[in-house]
Amino acid sequence: MAEKTLRAAFPIFTRKITAHVGIAPILAAVVLALIVLGALLAPWVAPHDPIAQNPIMRLKPPGPDFLLGTDAYGRDLLSRVIYGARVSLLIGLGVTVMAVVLGLAIGLVSGFFRVADAIIMRIMDGLMAMPSVLLAIAIVSLMGASIWTVMAAITIPEIPRVVRLVRSIVLGAREEPYVEAAISLGTSMPRILWRHLMPNTFAPLTVQATYVCASAILTEAILSFLGAGVSTETPTWGNIMAEARIYFQLKPSLILWPGVALSLCILSINLLGDAARDILDPRMGKREN
Amino acid sequence: MLYLLRRALAAIPVMLVVAVFVFLLLRLTPGDPAAILAGDMATPEQLERIRTSLGLNEPLTVQFFGWMGDLLRGDFGTSLISGKPVLDLVADRMWPTIWIALITITLSVIIAVPMGVVAAWKHKTWIDHIVMTFSVLGFSIPVFVIGYLLIKLFALDLKWLPVQGYVAPSKDIAGFAARSVLPALTLASIYIALIARMTRASLLDVLGEDYVRTARAKGLTEKRVLFRHALRNAAVPVMTVIGTGFALLISGVVVTESVFNIPGLGRLTVDSIFARDYPVIQALILLTSGIYVLVNLLIDLSYSLLDPRIRY
Repeated sequence: MAEKTLRAAFPIFTRKITAHVGIAPILAAVVLALIVLGALLAPWVAPHDPIAQNPIMRLKPPGPDFLLGTDAYGRDLLSRVIYGARVSLLIGLGVTVMAVVLGLAIGLVSGFFRVADAIIMRIMDGLMAMPSVLLAIAIVSLMGASIWTVMAAITIPEIPRVVRLVRSIVLGAREEPYVEAAISLGTSMPRILWRHLMPNTFAPLTVQATYVCASAILTEAILSFLGAGVSTETPTWGNIMAEARIYFQLKPSLILWPGVALSLCILSINLLGDAARDILDPRMGKREN
Repeated sequence: MLYLLRRALAAIPVMLVVAVFVFLLLRLTPGDPAAILAGDMATPEQLERIRTSLGLNEPLTVQFFGWMGDLLRGDFGTSLISGKPVLDLVADRMWPTIWIALITITLSVIIAVPMGVVAAWKHKTWIDHIVMTFSVLGFSIPVFVIGYLLIKLFALDLKWLPVQGYVAPSKDIAGFAARSVLPALTLASIYIALIARMTRASLLDVLGEDYVRTARAKGLTEKRVLFRHALRNAAVPVMTVIGTGFALLISGVVVTESVFNIPGLGRLTVDSIFARDYPVIQALILLTSGIYVLVNLLIDLSYSLLDPRIRY
């Protein structure tokens, strides 16, 4: 039933698409699109200034003027949650691009050159052994918290997962006849990597990228929540929740709304990733179905 | 046997990489490390004290080998703030964390394995869908959001359990139990999602094997096929995911202890960040990585017990 309504409302979702991936990823795409739009259009969408303090309006319950109520400084919670999406999405996107590009480069080299492989994989094992949140915290605490250091701190622990994936694909593909043929024809090494091996990684990398993105957004929120993220002056979901901790018993909604936004964002990215996996690699999905 | 030895030796380079990384992190950060740690208000004496304490005046190689030597002798350095040996700080704070972690792992396995088994057994029915939905939610809802939801529901609204805090089990076992339930459930959420998903997937794999068909054909009850033949063979991937999931558990501990105000290692980590107490942060990263590597080594060794086809 829900499928029918959805198709009626958005004709772009043909029967073929809904039958293939189910309804969950489509809802996820809609939710994520709303979050992205809200973040991009925040100055026009948000009903109030997310930073302007208004002491008379402290901790107000939800009402017509403040749809989700106000925080301890009299700031509009809804506006802060809408602006909070900006940092999360920026970090999610930035970390994904950096981790995929660096991981792809390192993974291609590691998969193709045996000597480099031994060294690179030991380093990656070491990075994997360090708990990502602790590592990110240590980096941010040393380099100072800005959006760029937070991004770098989250990217570093994500790289090994991309490297491992790319390397395993390259190890499989380099034994294929077309690669051996290319080598025997004297094709240059960079060209083999670029033209013959790299395209094999695109489909699995797309799937992996969604998981990296979800994990980056989660780690950023944890860093902000622990006080090791971007400046508390910037409204991020984690920062809003961190500030609201002491008022939690008095006003739980201050933590719950940014929590809902954060969870919905991560959930929709994960669901899109699962759908991408089902579409791009039916064999990979089959194991889990 | 040889494999076991090789596997154990392989842990050494991993730990070495961790040590080098942790060591270089402070030294390669742009700027004067002592000034970074001391903050903007530091006096020259404070800076000098930090430099001598961490040996920052020595050349890098001397620093590194001196530090490694200390580590191998079990000396993890001293806190810049309290002046106490880091290991003493860790010993003071580790029990709450160990208790919560043990309860979490037990709880996760008790809840998640049956969930996964039922989902695989009733494959493509509504039970399966519910389990998989729970699993996706467990992955997607951050630990601290789950923690606050649980506090709101069970502590604030229903008033069944205390909101926060920690009591040692030796002092008051009932108080300990009441205060452990919510943190352990919080921390378990992602673990349960992970283990249930893997149990289901690997059981589905095994249920397609020939020996399962043979077991069914010779008239064994479905229960016996499932528990005697299938589940045991499905255990290896499940053990693996418990091991790799251990990293999530460590990260989760830091957050959960903050949410529930538990004075464990996670809180020690957060406190050390704010105090810029790098020797403590450094030691905690080394220790947690060491535990992670050790847990995964033990899990590797458990495979031969679980699956008679795996022999080392």
